[in-house]
Amino acid sequence: MEDDAPVIYGLEFQARALTPQTAETDAIRFLIGTQSLKYDNQIHIIDFDDENNIINKNVLIHQVGEIWHISASPADKGVLATCYNKTSDSKVMTCAAVWRMPKELESGSHESPDDSSSNTQTLELLCHLDNTAHGNMACVIWEPMGDGKKLISLADNHLLLWDLQESSSNAVLSSSAALEGKGQLKFTSGRWSPHHNCTQVATANDTAIRGWDTRSMRQIYCIESAHGQLVRDLDFNPNKQYYLASCGDDCKVKFWDTRNVSEPVKTLEEHSHWVWNVRYNHSHDQLVLSGSSDSRVILSNMVSISSEPFGHLVDDDELSDQEDHHQEKTKEPLQDSIIATYEEHEDSVYAVEWSSADPWLFASLSYDGRLVINRVPRALKYHILL
Amino acid sequence: MAAPLGEPGSEAPGGKRRPHGMLKLYYGLSDPAVEACGGLAPGGDPGGPTDINGAHFDPEMFLTKLRKECPLAQLMDCETDMVKQIRALDSDMQTLVYENYNKFISATDTIRKMKNDFKKMEDEMDCLAANMAVITDFSARISSTLQDQHEQITKLSGVHTLLRKLQFLFELPARLTKCVELEAYGQAVRYYSKARSILHQYQHMPSFQGIQDDCQKIMADLAQKLREKFRDGGSGAKDLAECVELLLQLDEPAEELCDEFLSHARCRLEAELQALEAELGQPGGAPMTDILEFTDRGCNIFVSNMCLVIASYQELFVSREGAQGITRMAQDKLVAFVNCLMETYFSLVERRIQLEKGVGDNSLLVRALDRFHRRLQALAKLLPASNVAAEGTEIVVRAAKERIHQYLLALQSFYQDCLTDVRQSLAAPRLAGKESPNLAELLGTISASVLNQIKSVLTYVHLFTAKDITFSNKPYFKGEFCSQGVREGLIVGFIKSMCQTAQQFCETTGDKGGSTPPTLLLLLSRLCLDYETSTISYILTLTDEQFLVQDHSPITPVTSLCAEARETAQKLLNHYVKVQGLIISQMLRKSVETRDWVNTIEPRNVRAVMKRVVEDTTSIDVQVGLLYEEGIRKAQSSDSSKRTFSVYSSSRQQSRYAPSYTPSAPLDTNLLSNIQKLFSERIDIFSPVEFNKVSVLTGIIKISLKTFLECVRLRTFGRYGLQQIQVDCYYLQLYLWRFVCDENLVHFLLDEIVASTAHRCLDPVPMEQSVIEVICERG
Repeated sequence: MEDDAPVIYGLEFQARALTPQTAETDAIRFLIGTQSLKYDNQIHIIDFDDENNIINKNVLIHQVGEIWHISASPADKGVLATCYNKTSDSKVMTCAAVWRMPKELESGSHESPDDSSSNTQTLELLCHLDNTAHGNMACVIWEPMGDGKKLISLADNHLLLWDLQESSSNAVLSSSAALEGKGQLKFTSGRWSPHHNCTQVATANDTAIRGWDTRSMRQIYCIESAHGQLVRDLDFNPNKQYYLASCGDDCKVKFWDTRNVSEPVKTLEEHSHWVWNVRYNHSHDQLVLSGSSDSRVILSNMVSISSEPFGHLVDDDELSDQEDHHQEKTKEPLQDSIIATYEEHEDSVYAVEWSSADPWLFASLSYDGRLVINRVPRALKYHILL
Repeated sequence: MAAPLGEPGSEAPGGKRRPHGMLKLYYGLSDPAVEACGGLAPGGDPGGPTDINGAHFDPEMFLTKLRKECPLAQLMDCETDMVKQIRALDSDMQTLVYENYNKFISATDTIRKMKNDFKKMEDEMDCLAANMAVITDFSARISSTLQDQHEQITKLSGVHTLLRKLQFLFELPARLTKCVELEAYGQAVRYYSKARSILHQYQHMPSFQGIQDDCQKIMADLAQKLREKFRDGGSGAKDLAECVELLLQLDEPAEELCDEFLSHARCRLEAELQALEAELGQPGGAPMTDILEFTDRGCNIFVSNMCLVIASYQELFVSREGAQGITRMAQDKLVAFVNCLMETYFSLVERRIQLEKGVGDNSLLVRALDRFHRRLQALAKLLPASNVAAEGTEIVVRAAKERIHQYLLALQSFYQDCLTDVRQSLAAPRLAGKESPNLAELLGTISASVLNQIKSVLTYVHLFTAKDITFSNKPYFKGEFCSQGVREGLIVGFIKSMCQTAQQFCETTGDKGGSTPPTLLLLLSRLCLDYETSTISYILTLTDEQFLVQDHSPITPVTSLCAEARETAQKLLNHYVKVQGLIISQMLRKSVETRDWVNTIEPRNVRAVMKRVVEDTTSIDVQVGLLYEEGIRKAQSSDSSKRTFSVYSSSRQQSRYAPSYTPSAPLDTNLLSNIQKLFSERIDIFSPVEFNKVSVLTGIIKISLKTFLECVRLRTFGRYGLQQIQVDCYYLQLYLWRFVCDENLVHFLLDEIVASTAHRCLDPVPMEQSVIEVICERG
């Protein structure tokens, strides 16, 4: 059972922003936003043909500026939000907008264009998230599993909740909260929890992680000095409602139980530089990805704190008694381990994402514009499934 | 006859023997010699009719045979021979007759004389018999006359004895009273015991009954008195013994006496124990006397009294003659008594030992324990049945264990104090604004003082195993104490805790730089390394020498301890690098994040923060240099400081790296290929460092520059922003290359920074190299 070799795709520009096309559950599709100050920035739509190991791409022009963050609507395949730098009058401002891609690109390209540069298409602007009063936008997050009408954006020290109205052509600020404190506080990243009826959001600023209730826009918990240095990213366990992973400049990935924030549940210290990204697998939450500026991507198997600490449990109804007996024997707690370290990148990795369609596939993006698509090793996949 | 056929020379002996032969023949005895002669006769027919010597000799046949067989000459010879023999035989016969005739005559005379003598003797014997009969008759008559008188005398004497006994009995009460008055109790008891059985036998007679009653009353009084005396206890041991003996003779129950004796002793001993307890002082307060005095008192008063009690008790109840019946019971009682009291004593001693908290010299304690133990030996010898000795040893062992534990704690707190001192002395010069050049000195001080402390503790502990200490030859002190106690518990335990303490500095301060001054980390790292290289093996050798370990329980090998120390040293040094790197990183990060790089002015100077970075790096270099060796660096090019940046140098134009790239972005691809090439050697930023100065500095600089790079990539720059970064980087290059092991590393990271800046620049117009050089040389 040899594992497939990683598939590498190179972009012309440097890039930081990567997202799976969240609403798409059949095709493996990623969106990448580029960073270039001198040329028109692009959004690459990467289609991965799993059977033939072939990448098809489509390029959309994103003229307003270089993309710092990108996120796709969970409801509408064609809708996405970007945070971008706008330079005007020697002032750099980070803004956010919601876009719609051309209809024919929504579900992948029927025929691959001969060369991307020749027939690039443009995005259709749906609305701006007006941030003139709030400062630079760090990121935009969609309400998970929602109808694609609710957004949260982080702007400097403000947490803004938006409602998209009139088929997303108008964004209304429904509520906001501001982080008050000494010095210049600035949110670096945030995630919307898929649990609790989508009423919780977690944000990171400096070394702290804060939880917010979107109904009251009040802080519900705070992990002070969650990391020794800046917290770069966080993610919610998709199956365990109180579990949260975070990473930061202290080279660590930490796992938290938000009910008891005095100590992390678990700490990984495998990277040799800042960890920029951490992601739980959407289906099998023992699989955790992390990307770092040591240009490595690490896939860890955190079985002990996952929702399946004894391996995959088959539903009782589907089992005959004999199988049931067999199942019991294998119910030993499994060991946490590093599954693989991927070293295909040669520059800092700023983004890693699982595919929304195939739970065994993920993409990572490094600053030099290299996108690498990898799979979970087969042996492990079968071990988890069987 | 043997001679008929010659050998005339042998005739004489043969003739001499012949008469005896004939006699023998007569008496039926065979003469072998004769028979042999006969056998050789010419006839060759011994016993036959031709044998001239034989019994069946037939002269006719002999003659006929002779005549028939022999020639004339031989016949003539035979005839002469025969005549000669006949003559000889005749003379022989005559001699024999003469000889025996005389003997017959003398024998007849003797027999006649004997006959006369016997007749005389017979007469005298008759006379004797008559006389004896007369004597017997007389004797019988005398006896019969004396018989009556003798019987009377015997009877009288019997009556006399009886009367005397009776008199004794009648006088007994009076005597006893007198004896009691005179306090001659022994006498009284003797009298009474003599009379007791008789009185008992005849108690049905009223008079005896009275006497018995009187006696019993007196004796009861006596017993009462004796008991009082016994209970009083003021009298000496001898008196007491006498008392007990008398009481026992009086059939007083032995068990009760034992109990009484023991309870009496208990009173006294308990009073002594209370006095001892009083010396313990108030709970929580300090004891009133030192431990040696305490044990001395315990030994001299309590234990020696205990010994006395045991000895006298044993004399009284256990080893007394005729006391076999009670021995067992008495012995059991004694053991229970001793065990009970000793338990109290032991608990007091243990309480006192526990009060002994001082961790200095423990010779006093050891001497006290020795004395305690020694005195118990005496007691145990007196009473082998009790487990006093074993328990005593247990207490000593516990005290020793406790002591080791206290020393371990003391060592640990000493180590902590040392660390606090070091911290203070590290902080002090900084407050005064001076550098702290005395790192090596501090290291020497802490190392030496810890080592000294260990040595002195070893000396203290060694006292436990000194030859003149009685318990030092117990198996525990020979084996387990040395190996598990001192070596493992104390020394190994201390070294391990030292490492752990040091490692804690790495963990607790992981957040926000922390409270531990980095210098301390560096110092501790060096200390641990020194331990790894020499100190640990030195200390352990010293320990093994002082405590010749005979125990074969598993012990921690030197290598594993060394490995632990090395690991600690490594962790500390890594952490030092991390902390120092972080401090510089933070400066760089703040400087990049807080500035508006788009609207900055044209650079005229190197920014102050860069100077600060170089200054700090230099001072770190000095600091590390005090403790660690230089280390190896790669060969340096002579013009290290003169190197120009290669951001836009045309020599680096290369073919594109991926065919799918659009040709519209030449700069980007160029950069990408450069990065691609340069990254072929991956750099681990937070990687373990080696134990030398260059490696440490390289680690710090790597961390700082990587941070710089990542921060730059998050910003957008204007033209002058880029130029400022160029200036700053050139300045850093001028000064930082000398600290690292491979200057290419610095160059590479700085190139990356400038390249990234250029990429993030809205208006990338680089500054002239010459201008940069001028600015840097000026600043």
